[in-house]
Amino acid sequence: MSEIDIDLEKRRFLTRTTLALGAVGAGMAAVPFVSYLKPGAGALEAAAPIDVDVSKLEDGQLIRVEWRGQPIWVLKRTEEMLETLTKIEPLLRDPDSDESVQPESCKNRYRSIKPEIFVAVGICTHLGCSPTYRPEVAPPDLGKNWLGGFFCPCHGSRFDLAGRVYKKVPAPTNLVVPPYRYVTDTHIVVGEEQQEAV
Amino acid sequence: MSECKHCETWGARLIAWIDARFPLLKVWNEHLAKYYAPKNFNFWYFFGSFALLVLVNQIATGIWLTMNYKPDARLAFDSVEAIMRDFNWGWLIRYMHSTGASMFFIVIYLHMFRGMMYGSYKKPRELVWLLGMSLYVALMAEAFMGYLLPWGQMSYWGANVIVSLFSAIPVVGDSLATWIRGDFLISDVTLNRFFSFHVIAVPLVIVFLVFLHIVALHKVGSNNPDGIEIKEKKDENGVPLDGIPFHPYYTVKDLFGATVFLAVCAWIVFYAPEFGGYFLERPNFVPADPLKTPEHIAPVWYFTPYYSILRAIPSKFGGMLAMFLAIFILFLLPWLDRCPVKSIRYRGNIYRIALALFVISFLALGYLGTIPPTPTAAFFGVLFTFIYFGFFLLMPIYTRLEVTRPVPERLTMPKPLLEREGWFWNLVRQAVSCVRKAPWYRQLDAQWQKIRTFMENNKYLRHFL
Amino acid sequence: MKPILYLVLLLTPLWAAAELGVTLEQPDIDVADTPSVRRGLELYVDRCLGCHSLKHLRYRRLQRDLRLSDEEIKALFPHLERIVGTMTTAMDPQDAERWFGVPAPDLSERIRALGADWLYTYLRSFYKDETRPFGVNNRVFPDVAMPHVLWDLQGEQEAVTVTVGDTTVIQKLELVEPGKLSPPEYDKAVADLVNFLAYAAEPAQLERRRIGPYVLLFLFLLAFVTYRLKKAYWKDVH
Repeated sequence: MSEIDIDLEKRRFLTRTTLALGAVGAGMAAVPFVSYLKPGAGALEAAAPIDVDVSKLEDGQLIRVEWRGQPIWVLKRTEEMLETLTKIEPLLRDPDSDESVQPESCKNRYRSIKPEIFVAVGICTHLGCSPTYRPEVAPPDLGKNWLGGFFCPCHGSRFDLAGRVYKKVPAPTNLVVPPYRYVTDTHIVVGEEQQEAV
Repeated sequence: MSECKHCETWGARLIAWIDARFPLLKVWNEHLAKYYAPKNFNFWYFFGSFALLVLVNQIATGIWLTMNYKPDARLAFDSVEAIMRDFNWGWLIRYMHSTGASMFFIVIYLHMFRGMMYGSYKKPRELVWLLGMSLYVALMAEAFMGYLLPWGQMSYWGANVIVSLFSAIPVVGDSLATWIRGDFLISDVTLNRFFSFHVIAVPLVIVFLVFLHIVALHKVGSNNPDGIEIKEKKDENGVPLDGIPFHPYYTVKDLFGATVFLAVCAWIVFYAPEFGGYFLERPNFVPADPLKTPEHIAPVWYFTPYYSILRAIPSKFGGMLAMFLAIFILFLLPWLDRCPVKSIRYRGNIYRIALALFVISFLALGYLGTIPPTPTAAFFGVLFTFIYFGFFLLMPIYTRLEVTRPVPERLTMPKPLLEREGWFWNLVRQAVSCVRKAPWYRQLDAQWQKIRTFMENNKYLRHFL
Repeated sequence: MKPILYLVLLLTPLWAAAELGVTLEQPDIDVADTPSVRRGLELYVDRCLGCHSLKHLRYRRLQRDLRLSDEEIKALFPHLERIVGTMTTAMDPQDAERWFGVPAPDLSERIRALGADWLYTYLRSFYKDETRPFGVNNRVFPDVAMPHVLWDLQGEQEAVTVTVGDTTVIQKLELVEPGKLSPPEYDKAVADLVNFLAYAAEPAQLERRRIGPYVLLFLFLLAFVTYRLKKAYWKDVH
């Protein structure tokens, strides 16, 4: 073996080129394997946006629909209910929804696109129980300060009629508002964001 | 790289830390950097590393397929279709797995043929051969059980035929077949146990056997096309004179080979995943129907030689026995072969002819197993079954009669193709010189010289010359 | 010499043709030819979907691969409220069994096994046979339970038979009453339909044919570099 002939620089260059190309190849080969783990066509269809007809909702009525395996509440609030939202604010942890999850179109006092129709994911932000709808004012079990809202029976978290969390309860943030949009005045689609103002 | 002093010390310190707790450098040296392999390996020596590559592919794609496959007779077929259609890239992962299964057998058959050509099963490598044969049997079990999982017509009826074979065994046959199925017919229960074996039990066995196969090989050292023990001629440092360290020489060589091999596999995966009905059989795209047998049942191509042997014997039990014997007789090869010379290069013509006949009969049996059993096919099936068994059973006799050639002291390096002797290479030489005189060749050559000069003067491109 | 003769006989694929009695014709199709696949889809929805579902083919997949708008999908499938699910059929399998004697197979899992050639030849091989419930029989699928759903397009064919000894075999089929389409137009319509079903059998083939060249190109490049690397190292092995 004649050691003098060996072009070390050539070997080093080719080794690095091979390593670089090999890394690119490995990266590209990983793409299908990572992408495979994403929701498939079946899961995407099951998660597709759903239509909700709000024309038949009566004042104060709450309906539940399912979207992506979660209960979605649609509540038609009365004028009186909307008025409570201002009064209750001193008792709330995050009245302006700065730390909570909602689409940009719903980041307001009513946490909705149109004040009277409230849409939310019916799952407590504490440990995932589904709170109950308690529209009555000052019932004996909830105390005289209760102006209507949602009460989680699991650990006693309280939310107002816009899903905003009370102070001194276990739940950390307001109820999640899913993306939704109005197709017509009485037809909303849950799962797609409102693009233009109504 | 070398500018960064800290990296090197960090790297070195990490290795030292591990090495104090785990024999990292020892393993690295023993199996790669100071494992001396004969320097004259030809392309037949690629197939061992290819087999390892395919094994890794099968495990990785298998894990991913298992995520969305449902081992339930009512759901299995549809879940495979969902992988093929609904999950991102599921089709690619499934085709990689199905192509990998066939490529595994191609590679293993070539690997075994290499061993038979160069006497790699002979002393001191008998155990390497036995472990390799065990791997082959485990691989067949793995493939057979995996083939049931898509729950197509061929899956169902193929498994049905093979499991029914066991019922041919006298006295215990029927209860044995029922025990294997866990039911009185191939059913959901059978599918579940085959799934369990295919994804857990057999892969574990295969990985463990691969480990043993390599450990045993590295203990005795690799054979070579000349069939000489390189350990017999060492320099003053104890390094075999005809050996080169596996790393980097054979790692870079295998890397190149693996890339070419991957290109072949990729061509199949992207352009011919069914491979003309050989890798994926057409009737298997129809869900299993226990009430309707397909018109023509044939196992996948890698089992067809044994299937032909099964069909060649006109008795159910005899056919089954012959089929299993055809596989297990391979285990005995190191003791059936009585010739002291290893490599076919220096062995007598008798063995060369015998091996050629064996290969022809294996391929012919393979082909016959894919076609319907006509009387002509049956005749040739019997003929080639005789040759197949004759190769092994007569081996102790004809290998003793061989007139061998003198074996060289040291390894012979392959001559460059154009310096080889014989009428064929003379013809090639003439053709090459003819082409070199042609005007179009000269024009092309002139162009190439320009490119060459340009590359030579480029800082980076010159390394590719 | 006899074994060699046998071998020659053995290797000819005659047995395949002899089994069916008909040589299959190959349609000139390409699943990447989207307009043809779309025409095939229209014909399928019109004539086949009533009985034969494509339960593994999603509307969304169809829409994406054939580049159809929401409106085009809704026009093809007026009963769809939302574009979700797969191309199932409204027909109850039990009804099918009552009407035809066998349930109509789902074609998304049957076509890959039968092959495009078979299907193409099959759809062109119906002929008049008063002994059958629907008045037609088929040359590649004798005594088929399916009526000739494209009869008004093709017209009516009659079998021309020859009798050799005791057996009567069909020599060819002859058009006795022309349909709405001329024979070449009919063949083209059937080819489109077969093309659609070839696509429906394995939608992934569009993807794999698109990606294949890039993967191979990359591997060739890597093979070249690793070959030079191997050569650079092996220079000192003599």
